[in-house]
Amino acid sequence: MLKDKNNITKLTGIAAAPGIAIGKAYNYSKETFTIVEEKITNIDEALQNFELALEQSYKELSKILKLAQERMGEERAAIFEAHLMILQDQYLISTIKSRIVDEEKSPEFIIHDEISKYQQLLLNSEHVYLAERANDIEDIKNRLIKNYQRRRWVSRIVNDVIVIAKNLTPADTLLFSRCNVLGYITEQGGLTSHAAIVSRSLNLPAVVGAVDATKIINDDDLIIVDGYNGEIFINPSEDVIAIYKEKIKKIQAYNEKLAEIKNVPAKTLDGTKITILGNVDLKDEIENIIESGIEGVGLLRTEEIFLESGFIPSEDEQFEIYYKLSEKLYPSILTIRAFDVGGDKILPADIKEANPFLGWRGIRFLLDNPEIFKSQIRAVLRASVNGNIQFMLPMVSVLREVFKAKDLIQEVQKEFDEKGIKYDKNLKIGIMLEVPSVAVILEDFANYVDFISIGTNDLIQYLLAVDRGNSIVSELYDEFDPAVIEFLRRITHRALEVNLPVSICGQMASDLLALPILLGVGIRNLSIIPTALPAIKNAILNLSIDECKRIIERCVNYPHPDMVKKELQDFLNYKGLLYKE
Amino acid sequence: MISKKVKIVNKAGLHTRPASMIVKLAAKYKSDFFIYKDGMEINGKSIIGVMTLAAAQGSELELTFDGPDEEAAAAEIVDFFNRGFDEEC
Repeated sequence: MLKDKNNITKLTGIAAAPGIAIGKAYNYSKETFTIVEEKITNIDEALQNFELALEQSYKELSKILKLAQERMGEERAAIFEAHLMILQDQYLISTIKSRIVDEEKSPEFIIHDEISKYQQLLLNSEHVYLAERANDIEDIKNRLIKNYQRRRWVSRIVNDVIVIAKNLTPADTLLFSRCNVLGYITEQGGLTSHAAIVSRSLNLPAVVGAVDATKIINDDDLIIVDGYNGEIFINPSEDVIAIYKEKIKKIQAYNEKLAEIKNVPAKTLDGTKITILGNVDLKDEIENIIESGIEGVGLLRTEEIFLESGFIPSEDEQFEIYYKLSEKLYPSILTIRAFDVGGDKILPADIKEANPFLGWRGIRFLLDNPEIFKSQIRAVLRASVNGNIQFMLPMVSVLREVFKAKDLIQEVQKEFDEKGIKYDKNLKIGIMLEVPSVAVILEDFANYVDFISIGTNDLIQYLLAVDRGNSIVSELYDEFDPAVIEFLRRITHRALEVNLPVSICGQMASDLLALPILLGVGIRNLSIIPTALPAIKNAILNLSIDECKRIIERCVNYPHPDMVKKELQDFLNYKGLLYKE
Repeated sequence: MISKKVKIVNKAGLHTRPASMIVKLAAKYKSDFFIYKDGMEINGKSIIGVMTLAAAQGSELELTFDGPDEEAAAAEIVDFFNRGFDEEC
């Protein structure tokens, strides 16, 4: 708060998702992190939201308890059991409720005040074991407050705002997806942060890495977010607003022009067919995606079911979802990726790891939780009867993970055969190529898997040894690094030699600037964010494979990714394929 | 109303598991059940309360039972304390 914030009218950050939006600011960070003692007027609403927060916390903890029992043993799991009992503690709950009614104060303040009393008592204990229990109570308290605030946030129904936040978690974005958000600004994060990825998939402008944005921008300030140039205008003049309104009109006209090519097949100038598939979340409207001209689903992320339901979904629930999708898409392909949890993604946030990105995630998590994994395998197999489903394993790093997964799949198949349950006997099983070790011995993997899909976000992170969420080093993370380009070229060539179908589903596949590289290294199957389709297809129609190859020859010799980007920008500009203001 | 003095005899003290057991036992009875320690008054039917008693081995507590089934409640709960919560002493 050192700056005189009234004088700051412009901020710059990283242009994370293209587009321009004009709207009122909504400062989400302030919403989440402070507990203020304030008077409330609607007590009924507060009580109801408190009940819902209790319910949500209970759901979350039940889920964690189940995981903990499987993984950490009964003894450590007992802690979560006690947490669950606390959430049902009628004495505590009625005390909090009657304080809300009597004192007419914000529930988060009362939750905090009431539970902190108990914490203090525990901290006073000389017994180390008991003093440590204060941390458990801290967890419960924070979970309840977090869920209460989320609930209140939802019930306020904030529409048509530009969200300003320190950082956004997957759960936050899930919340926002239900409201009509115009754009995002975050203080932290790079091009591959969650906020950036989600904004691009929703076709909303975003600027990330905008230092001190939450301190400088106030609720209800009028904001312009320019996701092309990474610029943010705070309470701009009428003149500036007029200029940007004009720009928005031009963008709309450009998008309309792109929409005209919807039904044209994606072929390069030399006639090479490029298959464009979509990356899809369960919450997406599949009808709209099919309508957009996507030729199938190259990546269905299934882990969202966890977030939505709060529980590990049952086999039947999963079957319903997969089967319906496969019917709607038929005869197009539906690539279902097994639950990809861990790392930065959801769930075992309560199981702390020093190095989550090198830890318990993807296939490692699944093989350690065979019950969860098998329920998904069963659901996928049952849903596969239409013959258009393929199954993909995430975060594979060694061959024996493929063996183990296939053993589990065969177990289920055998059982289905005995019981006469139908499934697609030719179901293709592939893997995500996200760990460099797989690329090193790709020909061995080719003997055991039916296809690979390159997940560039993680692959680049592991190849360059950069945590893309760590802003201190994230500058090193770059999909245009010459090593990345060379690596993609080797993977594609090797896959071709051993006759292994290869596609690419990472962020890079949706990046117009990267398209000449991908086509040049030999990629013919792209799985992209559906909203990127018009721009990507338009570029494919206007490029030839030969010129893409020539670009790569130049790019791999540059010592710096910025030079690669400059080369690509100039090239696409010359071809008239970049949106120009 | 019945009032009884008890001592924590097990090694680990009144930790999470016995705390939840006590609350479960108390829930079976209609009578009010309070625990007093060092001037603190805790509702014995509240898990967070009992957990935070932070009663280590050797601590002395006073239990009160008040209601229609106070005798049965006192008998069962006091016995559970005296058995050292069925844990190592």
